[in-house]
Parts: sequence; structure tokens; C-alpha cells
Amino acid sequence: MAVTLTVNGKTQQVDADPETPLLYVLRDDLELNGAKYGCGVGQCGACTVMVDNEAVLSCVTPVLLLEGRRISTVEGLGTMEKPGPMQQAFIEQQAAQCGFCIPGMMMRAQALLQANPTVDEAAVRAHLEPNLCRCGTHMRIVKAVMRAGELMHQSSQSGGST
Amino acid sequence: MTHSDVKNPTRRGVLAGGGSLVVSFALLSQVLAQEGEVQGASPPAEPRPKLPGSLAGDPFLDAWIRIDGNGKVSVFTGKAELGQGVKTAIIQVAAEELEIDPATIRLITADTGQTPNEGYTAGSQSMQNSGTAIRHAAAQVRDILIGQAAARWQVPIDQLRAENGRVIRADGQALDYGSLVSAEILHVEATPQSRLKPADRFRHMGKSMHRVDIPAKVTGAPIYVQDMRLPGMVHARVVRPPRPGATLVSLDSAEVERMSGVVAVVRNGSFLAVVAEREFQAIKAMQVLEMTARWSEGTKFPKPDGFIQSFKNLPSQQGVVAERSQDGVAAARTFQATFTRPYQIHGSIGPSCAVALLENGTTTVWSHTQGVYPDRAAISEMLRVPPEQVRVIHVEGSGCYGHNGADDAAADAALIAQAMPGRPVRLQWMREQEHVWEPYGPAMLTEVRASLDQAGRIVEWNYDLWSNTHTTRPGPAGSLIAAHSLPTPFQPPPAKLSITPSGNGDRNAVPLYAIPNMRVIWHFLPEMPLRVSALRALGAYVNVFAIESTMDELALMANADPVEFRLRHMEDPRGRAVIEAAAADFGWSNDPLPEGRGRGFAFARYKNLAAYLAMALELEVERETGRARIIRVASAIDSGEVVNPDGIRNQTEGGIIQAASWTLYEAVTFEENGITSIDWSSYPIMRFGSVPERIDVRIMDRPGEPFLGTGEAAQGPTPAAIANAIRHATGKRLYDIPFRAENVKAAIGV
Repeated sequence: MAVTLTVNGKTQQVDADPETPLLYVLRDDLELNGAKYGCGVGQCGACTVMVDNEAVLSCVTPVLLLEGRRISTVEGLGTMEKPGPMQQAFIEQQAAQCGFCIPGMMMRAQALLQANPTVDEAAVRAHLEPNLCRCGTHMRIVKAVMRAGELMHQSSQSGGST
Repeated sequence: MTHSDVKNPTRRGVLAGGGSLVVSFALLSQVLAQEGEVQGASPPAEPRPKLPGSLAGDPFLDAWIRIDGNGKVSVFTGKAELGQGVKTAIIQVAAEELEIDPATIRLITADTGQTPNEGYTAGSQSMQNSGTAIRHAAAQVRDILIGQAAARWQVPIDQLRAENGRVIRADGQALDYGSLVSAEILHVEATPQSRLKPADRFRHMGKSMHRVDIPAKVTGAPIYVQDMRLPGMVHARVVRPPRPGATLVSLDSAEVERMSGVVAVVRNGSFLAVVAEREFQAIKAMQVLEMTARWSEGTKFPKPDGFIQSFKNLPSQQGVVAERSQDGVAAARTFQATFTRPYQIHGSIGPSCAVALLENGTTTVWSHTQGVYPDRAAISEMLRVPPEQVRVIHVEGSGCYGHNGADDAAADAALIAQAMPGRPVRLQWMREQEHVWEPYGPAMLTEVRASLDQAGRIVEWNYDLWSNTHTTRPGPAGSLIAAHSLPTPFQPPPAKLSITPSGNGDRNAVPLYAIPNMRVIWHFLPEMPLRVSALRALGAYVNVFAIESTMDELALMANADPVEFRLRHMEDPRGRAVIEAAAADFGWSNDPLPEGRGRGFAFARYKNLAAYLAMALELEVERETGRARIIRVASAIDSGEVVNPDGIRNQTEGGIIQAASWTLYEAVTFEENGITSIDWSSYPIMRFGSVPERIDVRIMDRPGEPFLGTGEAAQGPTPAAIANAIRHATGKRLYDIPFRAENVKAAIGV
């Protein structure tokens, strides 16, 4: 059956069973790669996306709950040519090894910083607790999120469009 | 202790010690035996001058570097990007010697259709093998192009220089590489010597270059094998038996076949899979198929209680790793202990995945395997087709840290593709399948007995380790899970004891310290009741844990500072340098710490022939819960000549955190009926709340020295530094990994 979803500002209809977890609709129907399959049971955070400004585990969220809500994935934060502040910060800090967990980290962090870009490091660590990284990139991820907060704060101060 | 299991002692021709191991393998066989695991690789037919790195296996320059008429440079490596940043480092090396802009290089990685065979991307050897080969090839290609220009202009080569893709004459005239190149001039064999650039002229090497793969990774570009979407692609899931060895007794697939989107139920002997048009349809079909399949009992697992302690009583073969006897022993005090490490998983965040397509009689497999050529050999044997009818192309997956499910998923996909000719099959393992079926890092038990003389010097060292092999990688089809379930099953080849310079279960079993009398024995356990293979650092993880824990106990007996005690026994100046650097950066002292805090130190030279790493850390033990939390770490690493400093730093930070996770939390659990650690709840790993506040990595500058590799150097020292810090904080020595809160609490008796 058809489900209407708004993803990264674009509203579109997809043909999927309503029980289908959002993850599979994002990846298979909308061909968005940012959200990753890691565990399928909400234990690792690799599939994290934002729904109405909250971090949500897309592997355990059926699409039927998401009509009329705003879904954002890492693709919505910017592009390789024009990375958004979160992406720019992760590149600056070289905050990836294999990178598989990184989009989930970025989306969870985005939800935090959109609400308050000037949070401290302890709050970042606490907020990222649900997301697993196996390469051990944690130190850089925390630094990158702090840096993204600075960039977002600067941008909001200057009223800029970055 | 050892008398009961003496069979076929194997002895290596050289004694380890003092950092002067003689590498007796031909380089070609090293390429094949990167983890010291493959026996009997044949040397080259004719003796030829030793070529640098992997050039020895593939000497033609155009196997590594090609330049087209427009001057576009393509570089080929048989190594794969595993998230360790090897693509970037290889581009830096090639750009440096070729005198071109790194951004202009097209790099092609591991692909049996295009690149040299460099065996596995493993053992921290990509820079030694491939980096060295490409550096020399690039320097020789550059000089060939300069030679062409010299001939064209009729001027001596010393009046020419290469710069930015051109050869330039003293008067400023220039010819670009595209106009100088022709196919045949690069189709020549490399020579043993190259005119390498000196470090003081480096533009790219030794400087932190941003990783070429990170922009795609942070924007969701399709770069993982999981992201592949080929036209007409279908989605597959496998259904595994409840235990290894179980066969499919009956199956009612009618209900599954009626399910929406299901294209096929594939059954081949006891290999079972389902194929659907869409991914979630395949998952639902898999779940129904799991309910309807009936299996024989298969092989029971051992009883877990006391299983690792029982290793000493299992049938074993004995290999002499080192034996040295210099002085009469005047032992004044002796330390004796047993150390263990459980089975541990690689635990890739993304479960294994592969895409396969059978078309025109050729099966192409896209895989995150560490070895495209060995995987091709295994898959073609399993499919009973010549190797030329299988092509394996590496595409990045989630980080692997050794032999995880990648090769098995590639085999699964290849097998399913045989039933779906013309349609690409994307096969994705489920989380539980990865946790249960990936080959684990082997459990180990080691015993140490070491003695000091009156002056506080170590005079005798006896070390016995009990372990399976640490590699059951492809090559043979029997190494693939799917091949075990075919109507005519392939059996895993019997594991063999082999003592090699780089080591396997015995990796780093020999202390690098100056000790006059030493005996190190590997009691090799051929039976593998749990499937095991290479996990980052192999036996070095537990051997360095045991050695460096013992060093601290001996230092205490000698009433010496742990750092000073190590320096007292360390003759290798590069070993001394990292120990001194880590101690200095940490601010090592004997000053009292707050209640519950402790400091710990550890050192190793990886494999006793690669990177040197020393680290000091401070941690806190919460007395009420037993929870140990690392506060800060200072480390120093000597990886030889540095290509990408930030890459070395990233790998070292990651190695420390991963090894800390193994050490503080991780153990596979099982019962006779099967594996019970099936997800991140039953197999917890480190989360953000427990990572250190700070990790410093100092990189030693070693211009002109050979590349030594980085990726696995921290794995051994980390558990030892943690154990030593817990000992310092609580007065209790921990011998059995993991140091979970309940274990620490029990040890400190609160």
C-alpha cells in the first residue's frame, strides 16, 4: 500500500507495507544510504535518523507511524560539494575509520545541537551513549560534535546560511 | 606440565630476541603468509634479486602504475580499504615519488580482475608490502619518464627534474607525462634499487592528508557493499542450522514461496536461503523459513564451565618458539602465574554482506573480504569451476578487524547467485548471524614462570601458551561455512602447527627484553570446538598482556619503578625511545594518586619485528561496583617512516579503545546447545560513557626507515596497561580477561 513520507524536505509516496521499518524504505525505496543496518533491534544506533527533530532508530520504527512527520537523514545535512556544519566538522576532525556508524552518530548529534549548539562535552558523551562504534573513533566523534556545535552557533550568530 | 604432550616439536631456525630476527621466508611466501599462517608457500622458481615489498610477487611496473596519453595516472594495489586509511596513505606515497598532485590519482584496490595479488590485507602489513612496492614502482616510473625526456631532448638526466606531472629542463621547457609515456616503457620489471626521494624533499609523505574516503562516508554516498543497487537486483537471506554440523532434515517451503515478493527458496543440500524482490520481504520470509526448517542435532558445544582452564588437558602438539640458555641461573625470586583470554568477536557494526552475479558463466562477487584472491580460490573450489570463472572485487564494508563473516557472506551470495542466473543477488547477514557464525578470536591460556637474581635482573623466563591456530582463512573451500552444508560437503582443512617469525598464536610470545635464559612453548590445540580465526593482533593480545603483567610483578619484587625496570632490560634504542616518550608525555611518577586511582604501563614491539608502542594510562576503580574506567592514556608509537601522521594517530586511538573494550567487557558465551552471546545486549562493548577523557599519541619521526605498519600495535599493550593500573589502584592482580565490574569486584573482595 502507499505511504506518504516527507524525507529531507521532500514529500513522496512509497509503496510499502505499513509495518515495514523506516530503514528499509529509506534504503531500498528512496535509495538513501546514510541510515545503516547494524542490528535491526535498536541496540547499536547505526540506523539513527531524525524525525521532527528527535533522534529515532529507523530499524525499529514502522513507516505507518511516520506519515505527516519530518524525517531527516545524513543526506539532508549537505553534500560532498557543500557539506553542512556537522559534516564539515567530521571531515575537519577526520572523525571516521570505517565510517559505518558515523551517519547514525551525526544524526543523533544533530538532534542534540539543533536544540542547543553550546552543550558541553559531558552532555555530548551522554547523548551519544546509544550509538556504538567498533573502530574506536569515539574521541574524534566527540571532538567533531563539539566542533559542529561551534560552527552551528557561529552560523546562527551571524544569521548565515551555512 | 609439558611432558604429556610432546609430539613433533617444531623449531624455528633463529632465536627471537634482541629484535634481530632473521626473516627466512622468501618475500613471495610472505605475501601469502602475512599472518604467519600459511605453510609451504613455494618460493619463486628462479633466484632473483630481492625486490622491495610486494614487487617481489608482481615485478612489472605496469602492474602497479599506468599512465595514459593524457597523463592520467592509475595506481593499482592488491590491498583493500578496511577503514584503516590505506587508500590515502598509498596515494600519498605514489604522488610523492611520481611528483604529481595526489588529487589526480585514480586508485584501484583489490580486484582479481585488475590488481596484483597481495594476499590478505592483514597483519598491519599494507604499507610494508604494498606501500613499499608502490613507492619503488613510482620512483622507477618517474625516472623512466625523465629518461624518455632526456633522450628526446638529448640532455643528461641530471639536468632534468620531475614536477607536477611534467619533466622540466633547466631552461624551463617541459614535457608532460602523457607525451612521454607509452605502454611498453612501463611494462618492464622493477629493479631492486630505486632513487627514492629524501625526506627533506617530501611534499606529501610525513604530512597529515585528509582521508580520501571520509567525505563520502559523512554524506551518505553509496560506497559500501551494503549500498550496492544493481539493475534487477534481488535480496537474499540465509537460514543457518541451529549448530554447526546440523543437516536439514525436512523443509516445508510452500508457505514461504507464497509470501509476497518471494522469488525463490534456494536449497542446496543443507544450505538454505530465501530470495525476494525487496529486502524486508526477504527478512520476513527468512523468519518463516526458520520456523519450518527441521534440522539434525549437529555438534554440541563444550560445557563452558572451566573450559578454558581445561586447555592444558586437551590433546596438543608442542612447538618451540624460543629457547635460549646462556648463564647458570642464580634465581633469587620467582613469579609464576596463569593468564587467560576468552573467545571474542570481531563485532563489525555492519553485519557481513555481499553481492553476486552469475552471468555468461562467470560469477562476479563484490565483497568486503580481506583477500580477493584467496576468496576467489575458495569460492571457485566450492562452485567447482576454474578460478577464471570467478571474479572477486573488494568493496568496503563495515570495519572487520580480521577474518569476520565477509568471506562466508561472499560464498553465500555466490551460491545463491547460481540459482538466479542473470540477476544480481544481495546477501545480507542478520546481526545474530554475525555474532553466532563469524569466526572468533581464539580463547587462550598461558603460564609464565620468571625469576630475578639478587640484583633485580631477570635471569630466567619460561612461558607456555595453549591455543588453537589463529587463522582458518580461505584459500580452501572448506574454510567457508556454506561449503560445509553442500550435498558433498567440503571439510575444514586440519589446522597445523607452524612456528614463523611473525607468529600466530605465539605472536609476541617472546619478550623483547634482554633475558639470558628463556624457553617459550606453544601447546598447539588442533581441535576447534568453536570456530576461530584471525582477530586483530592474533596471539599478541594475550601474550603481551601476560608478559607485561609479569614485568610489573617482577618490578615490584625488585622494588623498582615499572618504567625503569623495563628500560633496565631493553637494549633496542627504538624500544627505549617509545618507553621514555610515553612515560614523559604521561608525566609518569610515583606520586600518590587519589583513592581508587592507579597508573599502568606497557610496551611491545608488534610481532617483535614491526611497530614499537608504549603506553601509560590512569584509571579509576569504583570500589562499590568494581567498575574500572580509564581516565587518560599517553602512548608513543614508532611505525618507521611516517606517511600520514593523522592516520597513525587515528589507528592508534582506535586500537587502544577497541582493545580496552575487549579487556574490560568482552567474552563470547555459550552452552552445549549453542552460542548465547547473540547481540549487543548479550555481548556488550564499550560505549561513550566509558571511553577515556583523553588519549595522546606521540609519533616518533623515523625518516628513511622502512614502513613498519600501525593497525595492530596497540592491541597487546592495552590489556597489560589496564591490568597494571588496576593492580596499582587496588593491590590486586587480574589474570583473566574480561575485567568486567563483577570480576573486578570479586577480585578486590568488597
